[in-house]
Amino acid sequence: MTNSIAEIKNNDTIFVIGSNTTETHPVIGAFIKQAVKKGAKLIVADPREIELSRFADVHLQLKPGTNIALINGMMNVIIENKLYDEEYINKNCENFEELARLVKNYPPERSAEICGVDKDLIIKAALIYANSPNAGIYYTMGVTQHSTGTHAVMSLSNLALLCGNIGKENAGINPLRGQNNVQGASDMGATPADLTGYQKIFHRESLEKFERAWSTKLSDRVGATITEMFKLIEEEKIKFLYIMGENPVVSDPDTNHVISALKKVDFLIVQDIFFTETCEYADLVLPAVSFAQKDGTFTNTERRVQRVRKAVKENGLAKPDWQIIMEIMNTLGYEKKYTEPKEIMKEISSLTPQYSGINYEKIDANGIQWPCKDKDDTGTKFLHKDKISRGKGLFMPVEYVKSRETPDDEYPFILTTGRILYHYHTRTMTGREEGLNEIAGSSYIEINDETANRLSIQNGDKVRVKSRRGEIITRAKVVNTIDRDVLFMPFHFTDGQANYLTNTFVDEIAKIPELKVSAVSIEKLKEEDHV
Amino acid sequence: MKTVKLTIDNKEIEVDSSLTVIQAAELAGIDIPKLCYDERLDIFGACRMCIVEIEGNRKLQTACSTKVREGMVVHTKTDRVIEARKDILGLLLDNHPNDCLICEKAGSCLLQDYAYEYGVKFRTHSGKTRDPYIDDTNPFYIYDAQKCILCGLCVRVCSRLQVTGAIDFVNRGFDTIIGTPFNDGLINSNCVSCGNCVSACPTGALMPKSKEKFRAWEVKKVKTTCAFCGVGCQINLLVKDDKVVGVEPVKDAVNEGLLCVKGKFSFNFINHPDRLNTPLLKEDGVFKEISWDRAYEIIKEKVDKYMEENGPDSFAGLSSARCTNEENYLFQKLFRAVLKTNNIDHCARL
Ligand code: SF4
Ligand code: SF4
Ligand code: SF4
Ligand code: FES
Repeated sequence: MTNSIAEIKNNDTIFVIGSNTTETHPVIGAFIKQAVKKGAKLIVADPREIELSRFADVHLQLKPGTNIALINGMMNVIIENKLYDEEYINKNCENFEELARLVKNYPPERSAEICGVDKDLIIKAALIYANSPNAGIYYTMGVTQHSTGTHAVMSLSNLALLCGNIGKENAGINPLRGQNNVQGASDMGATPADLTGYQKIFHRESLEKFERAWSTKLSDRVGATITEMFKLIEEEKIKFLYIMGENPVVSDPDTNHVISALKKVDFLIVQDIFFTETCEYADLVLPAVSFAQKDGTFTNTERRVQRVRKAVKENGLAKPDWQIIMEIMNTLGYEKKYTEPKEIMKEISSLTPQYSGINYEKIDANGIQWPCKDKDDTGTKFLHKDKISRGKGLFMPVEYVKSRETPDDEYPFILTTGRILYHYHTRTMTGREEGLNEIAGSSYIEINDETANRLSIQNGDKVRVKSRRGEIITRAKVVNTIDRDVLFMPFHFTDGQANYLTNTFVDEIAKIPELKVSAVSIEKLKEEDHV
Repeated sequence: MKTVKLTIDNKEIEVDSSLTVIQAAELAGIDIPKLCYDERLDIFGACRMCIVEIEGNRKLQTACSTKVREGMVVHTKTDRVIEARKDILGLLLDNHPNDCLICEKAGSCLLQDYAYEYGVKFRTHSGKTRDPYIDDTNPFYIYDAQKCILCGLCVRVCSRLQVTGAIDFVNRGFDTIIGTPFNDGLINSNCVSCGNCVSACPTGALMPKSKEKFRAWEVKKVKTTCAFCGVGCQINLLVKDDKVVGVEPVKDAVNEGLLCVKGKFSFNFINHPDRLNTPLLKEDGVFKEISWDRAYEIIKEKVDKYMEENGPDSFAGLSSARCTNEENYLFQKLFRAVLKTNNIDHCARL
């Protein structure tokens, strides 16, 4: 997030796109609703009617995969009506002419047509956003999990710059990070091209800094992303795969493909707190402790580094993940030892500009939002305060392109996947909570009532859903909150697991899979098929 | 900011003119008892426990709903105030079951704390008591109307902070309880089981359905960060006998005292019998328990083999958005510094 959670309540306008916030980030969802109660305007863009759309001034119920067309359409309205922040743009931004030229081709009529929404709603949303002194944008995977995800994010950033909403309090462009420490995992360089703090491995100086600190030579060749890893396994180039605390058999797209790669790899280590679906394919399973049994830090979606504290003893022989990794390093001849996570944080802050002022004493009471440069720095509430971080805010005009897989005669529906309030990721933890299973215990697929009627599907019926990659059986949940040609499934469940259907097309830039759009067919299960 | 000077219990202080007497007293380190007050909510003024004497006013005033004024002189502990508070507590107890011996709220119940502080006992009386009414339809928490003092905190937390509006006062007068619009059970309402009402309830009327019995003085609290989503809510884990038995939200934090159903109620996985307890090695398709030493030995054998036969890029690692910063840091360090590859990624994209 460029801005902070506490600022949400002071936004004049909140634009939520591709985020079912009250289910995926419930407490932020509550703050958004509080803001609306206090008088803030709310724009929601989501293919489904969600809780927030009931609070919204405008709900743009767009077709999955058409975010860019919508945002371009809004910018068209803003530019046509000269509602942009000219002074801000002159001072801070480059490339405005290019943007204006491109969005000229997106009059609201055209965007309305592509997105399947009323053009007046696009105009209304654009006017609300542009006429607010402080407007914040909030988004999640509904924006990024598309083959054009990165472009959609650029598009949102164009919109925010256009109205001077970056580098300002109570506004900004705010991705809500899904899992508890996604922010931290990226900050810590658990990605193929970045060292900690987004320092590039192909940047000589950064690499040398780490070589000195770690007293060893490092490779400057960019590594493989998760999707590429599975490919390299099939090509027999990757032999050894070590998975820590992830369950790709359930969470990753195209389950059949994932399983075949995990079966194929020569040696697979899986380290987790439970015996997950992925453990089945492991050669070696290592037991780790849960968050309540170890010390450390998580970095939340507003960049706040907060303490994790040990509350109960380790179970059995299970150990904290940091200790296991350290012992493996030591076994392999790398001598460095740490007696507690605090020492690791010291090493992190010595190598990571954004974390250089962070230590356990300082974050003890309330955490600190990075960047935090030195020991006197109390952290950063919102980014780009005095100047846009790249020097000048660059408009990056982007065209709308169709999703990689679009419905056809054989697979006439768009399947979109997501999370629900009552479960977390692959349910390794929440699936063991009786109460949660009592409320939400099994897989389902949401289908529009008219469509269901046409296919003689009734609420609760067993249905077979097929895509080019696989098929599953689940139960129909007949609703009137979704378009006629769209289906929705939560991805958490293994009885009718959505990711058997999803595809692995990725966004070429961020390598995020297009989980929000797959073409599928659906049919009622016949009596004799009952399994 | 305009400020005013006032005197509370002979202490002179200067505070922001927009504050209430209860807030000014808090700044002065003076505690005023309160049952329906929550600094996150607008003023309700229902319980009257916070009454104080303000010079120049004949009637006692509720400190939570009275704004500070220049030159105001406030007394929070005069005999008259204390007697009035005793009366209020007495009336509340008349309607309350004499259950403290077996109530799990004992020790963290404000009603009990104040009764103790003011020396008020349950009395025998021939008047009516409220009818028993229990709603235990929600899997995570239970409502017991007899223990409810109708302070309204739960209703206001649900409608103003959680902004779900699942519950309200229902019925009238003596029969008033907290319920759902059609009164057909919490589970059939639009309640999202966030438990924020439960965390706010000052008495044992709204209680988590705990697997373990515990009381406030038996648990130690450990502040930590919720492990479920990127909001990073701050929580206190309640620990008894090395087991997590409950969770409460931290107020002075990013979540402002709110949680969702996962953060509040989904902690039983921690002590779950399914937890992995030993390293496991697959041999002929069957997993066998092995020691850590053996596990590390095997890893070393494999690493040596692939390093020699296939080189550094035959290794790959998937780190975890569930693990700590320190662990993610070490994991990439293992791959980069020891295995000499950048084949490292995590599931940020999912
Ligand atoms: S249930 Fe608790 S919070 Fe709600 S009115 Fe009764 S005593 Fe107050
Ligand atoms: S659990 Fe949450 S939603 Fe349900 S009544 Fe309480 S505050 Fe409202
Ligand atoms: S309590 Fe709920 S909203 Fe808060 S961090 Fe945990 S999962 Fe997220
Ligand atoms: S706390 Fe003031 S009236 Fe209840």
